[in-house]
Amino acid sequence: MPGIFVLGRVENGVPSRSTLELLTGAKRLAGGLQEGVSVGLLGSGDAASLYRYGVEVVYRANDPLLKEYQADLYLLALQRIAETAGPRVLLLPGDSLGRDLSARLAFRLKAGVVTDVIEIDVEGSKKIPRFTRPAYGGKAAAVIVPKRFPVVVTVKPRTFDPAGPSGQGQGTEVPVEVSLNPAQARIRMVERVQEETTGVKLEDARAVISGGRGLGGPEGFTLLVELARVLKGAVGASRAATDAGWVPSSMQVGQTGKTVSPDVYIAVGISGATQHVAGISGAKTIVAINADPEAPIFKVAHLGIVGDYKTILPPLIAKCRELMGS
Amino acid sequence: MRIVVCVKQIIDPELAASQFKIDPAFKRQRPNGHPLVISPYDENALEVALKLREKTGGTVAVLSAGEPSAISALRKGLAMGADEAALISDPALDGSDAFGLAAALARGIQKLGTPDLVLCGCESGDWADRTVGPILAEALKIACVSFVAQVDAQDGRLRMRRVVEEGYEIWEGAPPLLLTILSHESNVPRYPKVKDIMTASRRSIPTWSVADLGVETGGMGEAAIRTEVEQLTLPSRESRCELLDGEPSQQVATLITKLRERKAI
Repeated sequence: MPGIFVLGRVENGVPSRSTLELLTGAKRLAGGLQEGVSVGLLGSGDAASLYRYGVEVVYRANDPLLKEYQADLYLLALQRIAETAGPRVLLLPGDSLGRDLSARLAFRLKAGVVTDVIEIDVEGSKKIPRFTRPAYGGKAAAVIVPKRFPVVVTVKPRTFDPAGPSGQGQGTEVPVEVSLNPAQARIRMVERVQEETTGVKLEDARAVISGGRGLGGPEGFTLLVELARVLKGAVGASRAATDAGWVPSSMQVGQTGKTVSPDVYIAVGISGATQHVAGISGAKTIVAINADPEAPIFKVAHLGIVGDYKTILPPLIAKCRELMGS
Repeated sequence: MRIVVCVKQIIDPELAASQFKIDPAFKRQRPNGHPLVISPYDENALEVALKLREKTGGTVAVLSAGEPSAISALRKGLAMGADEAALISDPALDGSDAFGLAAALARGIQKLGTPDLVLCGCESGDWADRTVGPILAEALKIACVSFVAQVDAQDGRLRMRRVVEEGYEIWEGAPPLLLTILSHESNVPRYPKVKDIMTASRRSIPTWSVADLGVETGGMGEAAIRTEVEQLTLPSRESRCELLDGEPSQQVATLITKLRERKAI
């Protein structure tokens, strides 16, 4: 049985980006530990699409009750799959699904758990996997090693590049009987609301313009939207701005929100709380525009302007528009 | 409704990075006498509990597992309006991982009386593992909804708004439930009144040892950990910020030049 397991998702015959990212991490572990790679699928996704990425076995729980996310049922199915697959390391996406299931799965498997991993390597001779994760809001980095197996690991989105094709392109599908019934769902998701704004996704954007409490109200975001449009980027927000209800929480950048890694991150009226800074450490250039010269954001920014954003952004938008020739 | 809110006492997470020091022996932040606070989302969780009590009646208890100093976090919980508080503190818990802590908290919760609702912050302000809450739900054999921004109680059922990447989900369920709480405009923690701080300072708060909980220490403490922190390091990410001077038009011109030099735009 392959020792490295990935919780995967295949949509319309194509493995999701997060699945391919996890497969990159899985292959690194598989190489170091001399193990194979398996994928678990909940539902009817095409297993064959995974074999050309070096996946040897696909374990599938197919049950009509797995059509939409129901935590209790997903957890049961995933537990059955993991028990059947019997891996040493289980990789789950570090998204809202992985966050919801990882620790509880570990409890059920009597496994260890490591969350929000940003680096994976294997200590050569001892064949011990090492997982690096941020701690203290990104002020420190911790290397975590398992004291027992299995270990459930969630990997922060965008940590790895998506895997490319490798291996023989052949694998085996193993069906896993789950026989779920609706009564096993103690809680039920009754509604799902999309708040995502149109345009470039925050996680993919090469330019991100974010606003915080210093904007003074939701109106301030109009200028940010305009600048983002000119730079073909996306608009984000700090927790202060989403908590205040100025913009939807789907726009939040930070430890509890989205992690971004653009070429340029422009923080407007954002003080730079630890929780926010944890989400932007992947940005190549950070620009801070803030009226308060003491704001901690200036400690992490590369370029800073102390001043009123209302006087800075309009000429900045005009200049950028000239430059981009639009 | 009977509600238990689990709170963790941590070193103020907003401490300036320059003051942040690591204790290499224990592989954790060196306390250095820095202020201790309730982990931020735990305060949001307490606020949710207090609002629910205002609506449906019942009681709110705050529970912590940690150092004896965590008594001050519990006092703040009482001052904010909790009815009851208890601390689990025992050298046998030192070095516990999330599983050990959750085992102790589960027994503490049962000792307080079977709850309808257990609330935790969605992540702690120090390690942010997001594991104790969900593991605690498993230990208590109850369902869990994570990253909940809003809770409504109606006719004995609960309706939760769970925040996800693309927006939010609405979940429904009947107690008992465990929820991990995210900050939201509806749960901004209240400031305790001076009078309530005074009253809370005179309350006696029970401290329970592991033996008081009637549980084996087997799954707790450093000997039982399933994962180990091998190394804790400070990344060298000290960037010096270049402040751009002049009138706005000049600042903007310099900014554009610098961004182009860095190939950022």
